[in-house]
Amino acid sequence: MLYFSKIKIISIIIFTVIFSYFTASNFFKFDDNFLKKKINLGLDLQGGSYLLLEMDNEPVITQKLQIKLSSLKKYFKNENIIFKNLKLINNELIYFELNQEFVEKFSSLLEDKNSDINPYYQRFKTHEFDFNVKDNVFNLKYSKYGLVELKKTSLNQALEIVRRRIDEIGTNEPNILRRGSDRILVELPGLDDPQRIKSLLGKTANLTFRFVVQNEEPSFGSEKLTTEDGLEELIVSKRIIISGENLVDAKPRMDNQSNQTVVSFTLDRVGAKRFGKATRSGIGKRLAIILDGKIISAPVVRDAISSGSGQISGNFTFQSATDLSLLLRSGALPAPLNIIEERTVGPDLGQDSIDAGILALIIGFFLVILFMLFKYKVFGLIANVALIFNLFLLVGILTLFEATLTLPGIAGIILTVGMAVDANVLIFERIKEESKIEKNNILAFDSGYNRSKTAVIDANVTTLISAIILFFLGSGPVKGFSVTLGVGIFTTLFSVYFIARLLTSLYVTRNKHKESLI
Amino acid sequence: MKDYKLNFNKYFKAFNIFSIALIIISVALLMFKGLNFGVDFKGGTLIELRATDKQITISQLRQSFLNMNLGDVTVKEFGKNNDFLIKFEKKENNNSDLIGQVKEDLTKFVGPGFNFRRVESVGPKVSTELLKSGVIAIGLSLAAMLIYIWIRFEWQFSIGAILALLHDVLLTLGVFSLFSFEINLSIVAAVLTIVGYSMNDTVVIFDRIRENLKKFSDINIFDLTNISINETLSRTIITSATTLLALVSIYIFGGQILKGFSLAMILGVIFGTYSSIYIASPILILLNVSQKTILKEDKD
Repeated sequence: MLYFSKIKIISIIIFTVIFSYFTASNFFKFDDNFLKKKINLGLDLQGGSYLLLEMDNEPVITQKLQIKLSSLKKYFKNENIIFKNLKLINNELIYFELNQEFVEKFSSLLEDKNSDINPYYQRFKTHEFDFNVKDNVFNLKYSKYGLVELKKTSLNQALEIVRRRIDEIGTNEPNILRRGSDRILVELPGLDDPQRIKSLLGKTANLTFRFVVQNEEPSFGSEKLTTEDGLEELIVSKRIIISGENLVDAKPRMDNQSNQTVVSFTLDRVGAKRFGKATRSGIGKRLAIILDGKIISAPVVRDAISSGSGQISGNFTFQSATDLSLLLRSGALPAPLNIIEERTVGPDLGQDSIDAGILALIIGFFLVILFMLFKYKVFGLIANVALIFNLFLLVGILTLFEATLTLPGIAGIILTVGMAVDANVLIFERIKEESKIEKNNILAFDSGYNRSKTAVIDANVTTLISAIILFFLGSGPVKGFSVTLGVGIFTTLFSVYFIARLLTSLYVTRNKHKESLI
Repeated sequence: MKDYKLNFNKYFKAFNIFSIALIIISVALLMFKGLNFGVDFKGGTLIELRATDKQITISQLRQSFLNMNLGDVTVKEFGKNNDFLIKFEKKENNNSDLIGQVKEDLTKFVGPGFNFRRVESVGPKVSTELLKSGVIAIGLSLAAMLIYIWIRFEWQFSIGAILALLHDVLLTLGVFSLFSFEINLSIVAAVLTIVGYSMNDTVVIFDRIRENLKKFSDINIFDLTNISINETLSRTIITSATTLLALVSIYIFGGQILKGFSLAMILGVIFGTYSSIYIASPILILLNVSQKTILKEDKD
């Protein structure tokens, strides 16, 4: 165990130097472009906001079922299929009855893998909708995978919209990730007050332009909506003139005449055409501008607007007009997003945590080093050199993989310092025992290393198991702890079996005739 | 070979009774007093507040927060520098900007001389999931250790190891229950690390017991564990000492956030060291481990 070939010695040195270089690159600026890598600081250390958003899929499902319902209606009419009672039950079931003669034909159509009526997913070997027929009554419901597919699509859309909204605000290096089937994780480093982003992400931003109808009671084709300030109630038609999808641009602007802040918008071709037509026929009527079910304003149409641009007035401040324009530019979310978890750390607390963590590391490190020197003298020195390089290797590897360092991660490094000497202690204690029986130093050291091997490996594997489980089941900062603890085990084994053993071997071969070396 | 320095086994009985009593007390505490779950596992909102205006007192803060209608509120001092930790049941949701509202209301009550250094708001769904994954993680790590020891040693060893681990986990949680220390995500991390550490301690002693079992056929298991514990004793003490040095350093200098974590670890290391000697090893005696147990393994 004490023999090292030249090649081995050189590779140990090269390996150690490379990782020490990576470690150093965190603290000094090197001019060269060779592997510019740095440890990322977690949100708990650099300050920032962590938001977990969950999509409320109910409205999307209802909406999609309604679209399906109208397309079925259209289809029946086109194909001259006689149907009745076509309706949506509990927002989850499409119900209809067909005349007996069409039942068989339509059932087989629903099972047809090539028809668009009930799309077939080759991947899942299932249709979008499950259906059952009893006599002439049909029930259509989303299949399991139909729902999965639907959620996936709407989550992907939402992800894109969230990304656009956050990009528009311009925070540095946001991290936006999909989590599971209906969640989005947003990490915003360096942001200590996430209020604005939260309020922007919380809005669906579903914009519609609809005419106000005069009749008193809401009927089938209209609904009662309130204005944003809650002061006025208006009956508004359900027919949508234009929606947010028709917008190509939106900007906050100062209106010269009224001296108010407004949002000016530009429509796409289809939107401009429809808007022009509607305003031409609706002169004198009030046109309600509705955002997420609330009326922003309902101005009276004075002229036909065919230019394809217009403006929204309301009680805007410059900030709220800017936000609304941003929302309109980035588009509507397919469904509302709820913030189900938020963690925000201010930058000063982050800095305090870094300072405290580093202080604890330095003190812990020196206590352990002094203890080892006191206990093992020369071999304590060897163990300490190994420990220092262990630390370099650990930080170096974290740098190489650009791992995220969190406060618990720093705790993991300190703990590694405390536990890393264990392997050397096991070995040294074993050597002590061996040299009681074996007087030849080299043989005693050799068998000390050999006989302690199983204990060292077993002892480290158990810690590694804990770290791995924590990595997969832990969340947030705790994950950072498992990473440093886990990587620390490998660097410990390397530093003990290569660095410390190399130094031990050099020392022992030079002093092999001395008595009681350890 | 029989001349060991300390006769640990002499005290096995006394310590066994002691251990069992402690376990019973811990379980009783956990059942009747329960654990003080933080927002991670209970849901709600936590705010770490720093008062830059030295006039702001804890009772003022408490009164202000009680007036805000946030459900169950606790306000306590948090380290030095006029730092306070406020917890309440209500959590952030979309329809109202809760944190912003709280900030505004608080300014009305105590003036603008404060800032929020940290805000954590966890919804009920997430907190339930976090608790579940925490319990699963601890259960899984115990199971993994059981299997690992089983593979590396014999089933008798894995029973001893797992009982020692349960002892460490229960006692650590028992202390947290007794003093109503908060249980949060980092405590789960600490418990998992304790499992790893305590196992590591036990494994080293087991390794030696196995080695000695192979070496001596004429020594009974009672003396054999005693010899093995003595032979590994200095290592046990040194490793516990260096680990504790590192942990105490985190506890004292590592800042408020790591206090709970390092405290749990310190307790765990102490319990873990104790249990390796006084729980894991006696179980081997109880289960009548002998040279045969080990040799059977070699034949397989």
